[in-house]
Amino acid sequence: MLAKRIIPCLDCDLGVPHGRVVKGVKFKQIRYAGIPWELAEEYDRQGADELIFLDITASHERRETMAKVIEKTSENVFMPLTVGGGIRALADARTAFNSGADKVSVNTAALKNPDLINDIAKYFGNQACVLAIDAKRRNGREPGREMVDTPDGVCWFECSFYGGREFTGIDAIQWAIEAEERGAGDIMLTSMDRDGTKDGFDIELTRAVSDSVNIPVIASGGCGNPEHILEVLRDTNASAALAASIFHFGEYTVGEVKECLRDGGVHVRL
Amino acid sequence: MIAVIDYGMGNLRSIHNALAKVGGNPVIISDSNALLDADADAVVIPGVGAFGDAMRNLAPFADGLFDLVNSGTPLLGICIGMQVLFERSEESDAAGFGLIRGDVVRLPDGVKIPQMGWNELTLRSDTDLLAGIDDGDFFYFVHSYYCVPEDERVIAATTDYGVDMAAVVEMDNIHAVQFHPEKSSRKGLRILKNFVEKS
Repeated sequence: MLAKRIIPCLDCDLGVPHGRVVKGVKFKQIRYAGIPWELAEEYDRQGADELIFLDITASHERRETMAKVIEKTSENVFMPLTVGGGIRALADARTAFNSGADKVSVNTAALKNPDLINDIAKYFGNQACVLAIDAKRRNGREPGREMVDTPDGVCWFECSFYGGREFTGIDAIQWAIEAEERGAGDIMLTSMDRDGTKDGFDIELTRAVSDSVNIPVIASGGCGNPEHILEVLRDTNASAALAASIFHFGEYTVGEVKECLRDGGVHVRL
Repeated sequence: MIAVIDYGMGNLRSIHNALAKVGGNPVIISDSNALLDADADAVVIPGVGAFGDAMRNLAPFADGLFDLVNSGTPLLGICIGMQVLFERSEESDAAGFGLIRGDVVRLPDGVKIPQMGWNELTLRSDTDLLAGIDDGDFFYFVHSYYCVPEDERVIAATTDYGVDMAAVVEMDNIHAVQFHPEKSSRKGLRILKNFVEKS
């Protein structure tokens, strides 16, 4: 039986030598968590199933720095590696794959040019293309939207781009369905309402998207403890959960999270 | 020297790094003549892409591969590199190498395709390749098709994904795995180490 995946996310500031994994607390104060490949090796020892490296500076100039981070990581870490942030064109994806990445995640560039999903899937395979969606709740009924019932009333979910700074008017559930048709292999679904809060994942969002597509959904945003991960993997069809700060600052190990999941009846690789 | 066949369908950094990590001496071979001249101690067909494309790109390597296999050189096929060792695939009209009798068929309806993620092995036999591997160990799979050998006795381990399927097939010096050992952390490295020790 396929195991549910636990994916530490390494937000990388590539503006310093070698790059640093960072984590914003409440979107402001940035804490440095370590050197990317050293953290990656630690997560491998702890039993992580996959790693995602996000270039939070997302700048074209730093593409080569990320390539070096992945090259260095792939010398010692043997699990699927995803690179995201600043993947704007097929050439960026190729640079990432040549450095040792197995998948790239796209967000803003795919919203602006959806054919990018088809192109990555065609040249590198469906499994190599992760569509990242940053979704925000919009309360109230609106025609043409996928409405979702929540304890706080009915809402729909809007896609954001440019790192949450701008909104697209695009319905996140409809976009996920379109992305699957275009050949995306995973949906990395971040709740903007929960990101950074440590209040737990957005269960309604995760359930709505994972019930609407046949490709794996990675739940993201809001993880504060292992029980949050148990809740989202037990109560929705998400295939994986992503977390950053609970791992980076040693609050919990991946192994501790997996033991909590196993005890809660979720099938994991231990 | 372990020849890793580069048939132009993806980067081979992971498999190269993994073989080097476990003490092998991998050399990426992109030219079919180089394979004939290489005097390889072992050969790896890595796993990327679709069956038809793989067979078309591998065709120039056929003579070299058959020479090596017939002389007893250990061969490891990974993912699509496993599937091309069979006779035919539902994915394409192209013929496989036919080194192992049997078919490659699509994963059954009712499961998400491709299978992508970590799944468990059920061991059927204690082979050298599987030394140090236990029942229930997890490996990383990414595939939409799976191999059905005519002779069930070549199946060394299976995995369950909507169907109980061959995950490891071994026949004399031919070894094949449906999962990616180079992406399967310590247990994957152990299988590659076992393979390297055969060379």
